[in-house]
Amino acid sequence: MAKVKPRVKVPKTASAGEVITIKTLISHKMESGQRKDSDGKAIPRQIINKFTAEFNGQPVFSADIHPAVSANPYLEFTAKVSESGKFTFTWVDDDGSVYTDEQEIAVS
Amino acid sequence: MNINRRQALTLSAGAALFAVTGMSAGSARADAAAVDKAMMEITGGATPEEGKLTLNAPEIAENGNTVPIGVSVDSAMEGDDIVESITIFAEGNPEPSVITFNFTPMSGEATASTRMRLAKTQNVVALAKMKDGKTYMAKSEVKVTIGGCGG
Amino acid sequence: MKKSILNGVMGGVVAALVSSAAWAEPVDDELVIDGDIKMVVRTKAPEGHPFDEIRSGWQYRTKETRALEVDSFNNPGMLRVEEGEGIWNTADGTEGKSCADCHGDASESMKEVAAHYPKWDAQSNRPINIELMINKCRTERMGAEAYEFDKGGQKSLTAYIKHQALGTPVSIDLTQGDMQSWWEKGKEEYYTRTGQLNLSCSNCHEDNAGNYIRADHLSMGQVNGFPVYRLKQADLVSLHNRFRGCIRDTRAEQPKAFSDELMALEVYVTWRGTGLSVETPAVRN
Repeated sequence: MAKVKPRVKVPKTASAGEVITIKTLISHKMESGQRKDSDGKAIPRQIINKFTAEFNGQPVFSADIHPAVSANPYLEFTAKVSESGKFTFTWVDDDGSVYTDEQEIAVS
Repeated sequence: MNINRRQALTLSAGAALFAVTGMSAGSARADAAAVDKAMMEITGGATPEEGKLTLNAPEIAENGNTVPIGVSVDSAMEGDDIVESITIFAEGNPEPSVITFNFTPMSGEATASTRMRLAKTQNVVALAKMKDGKTYMAKSEVKVTIGGCGG
Repeated sequence: MKKSILNGVMGGVVAALVSSAAWAEPVDDELVIDGDIKMVVRTKAPEGHPFDEIRSGWQYRTKETRALEVDSFNNPGMLRVEEGEGIWNTADGTEGKSCADCHGDASESMKEVAAHYPKWDAQSNRPINIELMINKCRTERMGAEAYEFDKGGQKSLTAYIKHQALGTPVSIDLTQGDMQSWWEKGKEEYYTRTGQLNLSCSNCHEDNAGNYIRADHLSMGQVNGFPVYRLKQADLVSLHNRFRGCIRDTRAEQPKAFSDELMALEVYVTWRGTGLSVETPAVRN
């Protein structure tokens, strides 16, 4: 499988109080635990089970994710920004790995 | 572009042979009752109201592996008018829960979308929980086309 | 399009899955990627083509699938294109060279290049496609192993290189070397029925483009978007993998990837899409 890599789209600038749209995508097979290999053995579940978005350390949005979310999980949501700062995005894998990405936004 | 009878028969026979087995056929499936039970855990036993919550799902999904799905509640997201969460359920999948979106006042709007797997044609159900404890639900049937050309 | 018997025979199946008959026709929708790159998805067919007009497979897909290609961020195939960019810039092999060490910035050096492949390769005396060109560089310049079919970085790097031609109309030069005879061979294959189901490429993609085979809306079988991101596999699918998949579906012996049979078919089918924009990575069902 391809290396797990997040992609995030956040506007570079916004005006104070504006509600912006954020899109995130991460390369992950989202193995559901429902499939069997060619020998008939169940392939163990391995998914991204949690996503969080914070802005300057404050929670903005999160998602509890189950195996029915498609491979390469995609999330689109909004954030209301009142000041310049930094978004931190976190994905948690069943195997304990944590993937993060950060994006700055200038608010005027 | 005419097609003669022999060609038509060949093609239809071919089509019949493109038999595709369902995703993990025979395994246990969630059903409407399992989704109801999962919803009651969120509502605390109350029956959710209709309306207020919009569920955007395609009428027909070309492939059950990647079905775009969106939810939104018209909310000011301040004071008492705050949506805490929206959960999506699937009645015909191996597990009823798909995803829960958790919002905060900093979300600005109670809207989110993702892409989900649907094992077959089924109802997709969304349940929104408000800060004041009220719950709203929306339901939409998605037809999943199977049996196309593999490869 | 004239209603064929196929519609009647399969009516039951189709009616059960499709609520609107109007859905059967390809949509006459325009594809503009990121509000900027205007794609040719419908154009006049080249001289000698059986159709007057050719259409990208994009027009045969549902609006949800089409939407995935309109915004490059939403296109999951772009994850693999980014992976390809990483490979482009990473040294491999005994020479310690990366693609970039010779070719520099791909957005300059590979701009529009893939729209003109397959090309004639005098050295091997046969047509060459992007996958084989990559292998040639790897073995002859980088001192690296050739990628096995669909393995290693082959799909991602091919997608990255083809993506540099995004929007450029497909146009291959059949006057080079023996390209014309490979075109002829590919054409013969296209119209030859094969397998237990006794189907040729043309039975589906020429005679029945726009009709349904069970629940699948048959397109013209254009190849301008390969490697494509298929929802079914949730991953990139290479052209020769798709050729083999189609041939398997006719229940025939599958020729090997990059064999003479499939290279001839690539030359001919690429020509059938002359004038359509390169869409790599296209999104299909």
